[in-house]
Amino acid sequence: MDTQEYTIKQISVFSENRPGRLAAIAHALEEEKINIFAFSIAEAKGFGVVRALVDKPDLAYKKLTELGFMVSFTNVIAVRMRDEPGGLSDIARIIGDASINIEYAYAYSGRDAAVLILRVDHVEDAIRSIRAAGGDLIRAEMFT
Amino acid sequence: MVRAWDPRIESMPKDELEKLQYRLLKTLVYRLYSFSPFYCRRMKESGVHPDDIRELGDVAKLPFMVKSDLRDNYPDGIFTASRDELVRYHVSSGTTGKPTVVGYTAHDLENWTTSLARALTSVGLGRGDVVQVSYGYGLFTGGLGLHYGAERIGATVVPTSVGNTERQIELMQDLQVTAIACTPSYLLHIGEVAEKMGVSIKNDTQLKMGILGAEPWSEQMRKRMEETMGIAAYDIYGTSELSGPMFTECTEQQGIHIWGDLALTEIVDPQTGERLEPGERGELVFTILQKEALPMIRYRTGDITMMDDAVCACGRTHPRIARLSGRVDDMLIIRGINVFPSQVEHVLMSIPEMGEHFMIVVDRKGSLDTMLVQVEVSREAFSDKITDLMNIRAKVVHALRSILNVNVDVELVEPGSLPRFEGKAKRVVDKRVI
Repeated sequence: MDTQEYTIKQISVFSENRPGRLAAIAHALEEEKINIFAFSIAEAKGFGVVRALVDKPDLAYKKLTELGFMVSFTNVIAVRMRDEPGGLSDIARIIGDASINIEYAYAYSGRDAAVLILRVDHVEDAIRSIRAAGGDLIRAEMFT
Repeated sequence: MVRAWDPRIESMPKDELEKLQYRLLKTLVYRLYSFSPFYCRRMKESGVHPDDIRELGDVAKLPFMVKSDLRDNYPDGIFTASRDELVRYHVSSGTTGKPTVVGYTAHDLENWTTSLARALTSVGLGRGDVVQVSYGYGLFTGGLGLHYGAERIGATVVPTSVGNTERQIELMQDLQVTAIACTPSYLLHIGEVAEKMGVSIKNDTQLKMGILGAEPWSEQMRKRMEETMGIAAYDIYGTSELSGPMFTECTEQQGIHIWGDLALTEIVDPQTGERLEPGERGELVFTILQKEALPMIRYRTGDITMMDDAVCACGRTHPRIARLSGRVDDMLIIRGINVFPSQVEHVLMSIPEMGEHFMIVVDRKGSLDTMLVQVEVSREAFSDKITDLMNIRAKVVHALRSILNVNVDVELVEPGSLPRFEGKAKRVVDKRVI
């Protein structure tokens, strides 16, 4: 199985914990007409990491780097969930049974479905086990 | 013992050296008490008489001299030689007020030259070497000091002074220069210009050594220059108040040998003036034991270093001082502990994940001082995982705390967000209202 098609390129941006930093990032993406599918902010002492799935990750990387931001790409996977009670539970069980360790996760609930985005240690293994257990992974092309 | 200019003096047993220092100190103090109105008044004010000097350690009873003593007595108010005994003046630039003038008798110049003859021999220079002196010639002591020192040991001097770098590089090649004496930043500049000219210092010149000083530099800079230029780089120390550049490391590169028969070295707490033990960092204080025109007793250099009194692996018995780690003027006192911005820089440079830019913010919460170090993470080290970033931060906190002995908070900031400096960096913001 080609795990490549399920591997999604997420951008991660280092940000100081002070007012206006998210606005600066969002404005930069707006200027380049980049659409954000999902994003999250993780915070630690004095700084945070903004993570986002966007339609043009390479362009976003270029733009933000030019503005002086520290940006990196991270491979994540996205699992479709039923948008009803028990949806997360089903997926969480599959992930747990497959002994996949979640580094971090965030979710969004859209028109078509609810989606759980995961960063895991071993992306390829996780893709195989989730698919084998009947999980519905979203192809990377859906995010372009 | 390895080759030395004056083996008898340089490897003199410590107890003999100290006896010699005591004798010279005693003579000096009596002479100044009798003939220097300035120093006689100083001694009376601090209630000390030459008879109170009964052993070498009694030097601590004597009052300090500071730079403003020279400035306030501009130009020659505290000279102890008559004008017709003087053979030279040097004048230091007055960046912070009036300049200071140093006068020399023939004997003073002789001691200065001797000091450098010993130093240059200790790094392996001698007859057959060609020494390019790229320190400024003129009122500044660097050029002429090195010039006469190198001539004394039989080396050939190329007195290029500073400037016209391309010509310096051509001469370096054509005259087969083996050693250069200049500031570390000028040598870096020479390296860059040479590269543009298509000249590799390492492969296309005979250069094997740099005698570098007159400004602060780091061990990292030394390693970089030694590797890229294929040279050995030695630290040199001196200030115009002492005569000029006088002392260097030996080939061991384990500290700068201070010739004990010429200078008595002390390290004192910059706040209290109390003497510190070898290995403790503090302000470097010199007593020049044999100066005629402008004797300096317990002169506070403002330079921060520590002393090593052990016999060097080269066999020389004279005490050594470590590479300077800052100026007293830059020192911060955090909860009673002395902290130097250069220590922070040193710690950060040893951590690969850290960028080169940082700021120190000092504040006071209630009655307690706080110290915050803001540092830019290097782009290569940026990880999407919060835990990785937290680990980097913890590593910096730990390293700073163990070196500074002060509780430090560390903030990782975005690259490019800290101020950039041209020339002297101002990396400290002290918000304390005292």
